[in-house]
Amino acid sequence: MSRAATFERGIHPEESKELTAHKPVVTAPLPARVIIPLSQHAGAPAKAEVAIGDTVKKYQLIGSPQGFVSAPVHASISGKVTAISEFPHPSGRLVPSIVIESDGLDEGLPLTDNKDYMDLDADRIKALVKEAGIVGLGGAAFPTSVKLSPPKEKPIDTVIINGAECEPYLTADHRLMVEKPQEIVNGLKLLMKSVGVKKGYIGIEKNKPDAIDIMQKAVSGESNIEVIPLTVKYPQGAEKMLIKAVKGREVPSRGLPMDVGCVVQNVGTALAVYEAVRFGKPLIERVVTVTGNGVREPKNILARIGTRISELLDLSGGLVDSAVKVISGGPMMGFAQWSLDVPVIKGMSGLLVLTESEYVSSEEYFACIRCGRCVDVCPIGLNPSMLSILAEKGHYEEAKDYNLFDCFECGSCAFVCPAKRPMVQFMRLAKSQVKP
Amino acid sequence: MSTEAKTHPLVVSVSPHVRGEESISKIMWTVNFALLPAFIMSVYYFGPRALYVTGLCILTAVLSEHIYQKALNKKVTSNDGSAFLTGLLLGMNLPSGIPFYIPVTGSFVAVVITKMLFGGLGYNIFNPALIGRAFLLITWPKLMTKWPMPTANFLEMDAKTTATPLGLLKEEGLAKLIEHFGDKAALYKSLLFGSTAGSLGETSAIALLLGAAILLYKRYITWHIPFSFLGTVALAAWIFGGKEGLFTGDPVIHLLSGGLILGAFFMATDYVTCPTIRKGQLIFGVGCGAITMLIRLKGGFPEGVMFAILLMNCFAPLIDRNVRPKQFGAVKAVKEVKK
Repeated sequence: MSRAATFERGIHPEESKELTAHKPVVTAPLPARVIIPLSQHAGAPAKAEVAIGDTVKKYQLIGSPQGFVSAPVHASISGKVTAISEFPHPSGRLVPSIVIESDGLDEGLPLTDNKDYMDLDADRIKALVKEAGIVGLGGAAFPTSVKLSPPKEKPIDTVIINGAECEPYLTADHRLMVEKPQEIVNGLKLLMKSVGVKKGYIGIEKNKPDAIDIMQKAVSGESNIEVIPLTVKYPQGAEKMLIKAVKGREVPSRGLPMDVGCVVQNVGTALAVYEAVRFGKPLIERVVTVTGNGVREPKNILARIGTRISELLDLSGGLVDSAVKVISGGPMMGFAQWSLDVPVIKGMSGLLVLTESEYVSSEEYFACIRCGRCVDVCPIGLNPSMLSILAEKGHYEEAKDYNLFDCFECGSCAFVCPAKRPMVQFMRLAKSQVKP
Repeated sequence: MSTEAKTHPLVVSVSPHVRGEESISKIMWTVNFALLPAFIMSVYYFGPRALYVTGLCILTAVLSEHIYQKALNKKVTSNDGSAFLTGLLLGMNLPSGIPFYIPVTGSFVAVVITKMLFGGLGYNIFNPALIGRAFLLITWPKLMTKWPMPTANFLEMDAKTTATPLGLLKEEGLAKLIEHFGDKAALYKSLLFGSTAGSLGETSAIALLLGAAILLYKRYITWHIPFSFLGTVALAAWIFGGKEGLFTGDPVIHLLSGGLILGAFFMATDYVTCPTIRKGQLIFGVGCGAITMLIRLKGGFPEGVMFAILLMNCFAPLIDRNVRPKQFGAVKAVKEVKK
């Protein structure tokens, strides 16, 4: 493999992907009940389109988008709506959700295989993607159709599929690339068509040589699609870092990928786009890596949206006695859960369970000794040391002068901090106290 | 265990949920370790008095931090290696033949007044050990500049005192200094191995560089401050240091003497009191070098490292506020798309 592409700075946390990297995706049994939050995406929550007592079928629209940046939600099983209320959500908040009790039949609305799906025009592709409720499956859950509809003054020339999966432990994207390469490539082609670009890339970190090989074979007939091996470094999978590595372009401060002519979509999103455009299949399931030393049998599980995470943990052999922390997502940017009754949502890439010995307290920390390690690793080139001190002292306005709002909370600064300062918490605190 | 049986509550805390290996105490103890070669050389040349002086410094430093934190009901961090390091560095910056109250006073000033009263580690403006030494130099100027001859023979200890190489250079000139050591090669050799008069830990350049190499290899310090500091001193010594006009100075003598190596690698690089941004560290290093040479060539003291670093410590916050790291995406978007 030739020289790998990357960005400046960043960190090298232990990868810990061997727990699940070679385990094929298994399908979770049909859940008896699902809790489907109306807000699983960035933007406005969807509005419930069903009432308590209604019977619904799989794939049926149960929540319609409100506004441009929003996404519809669909029933992931067939059954009866038993509750519409606020339920715990992986974000830590209570979110309006629709509860469906399964009728055990898993009866779905009919899907039709449109064999000529590649001939559809850009607007039709975008419409199908929007109707399917597809959002970014990498974690941020930004509605995909919005990314595909940039304003006229922002011409797009490149689509990049994000197969970096730079978060330690997670292997959901890795397994998808190994198991469904052709579908992902077709998804990429549809994405390229929808924004009218000639050039597509698939960026994959070099710690997944099998995925790189398989994807390279899958694109061998496509002269305008290239697989780019990436240096193994966190946060290589952040949009801005990925674009820098693949195209050498820097998304401007406070800007978006479209400012440099790029659209970035996660591997899982590409697969969902393919399924939506070809079969009209709404996004009702996703692959979740259930991993960590806190579960007995780590696995990659294809689960219906709305399945309670306790079911996935039980499916993975249950928790070990010393398990203390359950994280939705990866260890660097994931959210610690307080309840195991929260549902799988569209943006949940993994469930990581850490044990007592792996738990690091963020309660005891020291004054910043200004060693500069955080400055050396910040992928955005901020001065996290200064930002954390300003936030600690309540000088939030001044923090803005140090480009506070360019921070995307990757946690690299906190990872290297010898004073064990809760850097991400400081950033969030400051951001919450001032207007961007 | 099934999740149903999970009774004790889950821990919820902010990301990231994994952390790196570095810690303040690990860093501090490593720096202490890196000073070990120079400390061993100081014991070799200055005998038991080196142990006595440095030991008193360390003991006072650690004890006063401990008592201060206990008395004020603060988190006790006296075993994190930082007070130990302040004591060790102060000891290495003192001459060997001093009475006990000098190291004790110096350590107290360094730890309690310079560090703890400002809020403890992380909040101090000045390098504690250097303030300690500056205080001692001003309070007991005679005792602090009485330099016993180094000797490997313990019985001759404290027998004779002499001037430091830079003292000789300043008072009597380069020719006399070389004459004092025999020839130039002998002078350089003495400077490298440490058989010259001076503070305990400053004399052996080789031992100090060995420790510095450890810190550079571990990336506990970077090249920015030491090399800009040393480079500026070398350049200024070469250009302005000669008696026969410009560009006739001897940079080697200036580099290897007067505690420059100790200062450049172990004291100017003190995280808390130097700039955080690498670019700013270059400014800091150049400033340290320039002030050092200004004092050495034009000032009243033969050595200038201590005051140079302390003066530049004042500028560290200003430098940090005005030098920014290279920011991602500082380029204009429009230009990029057209390319």
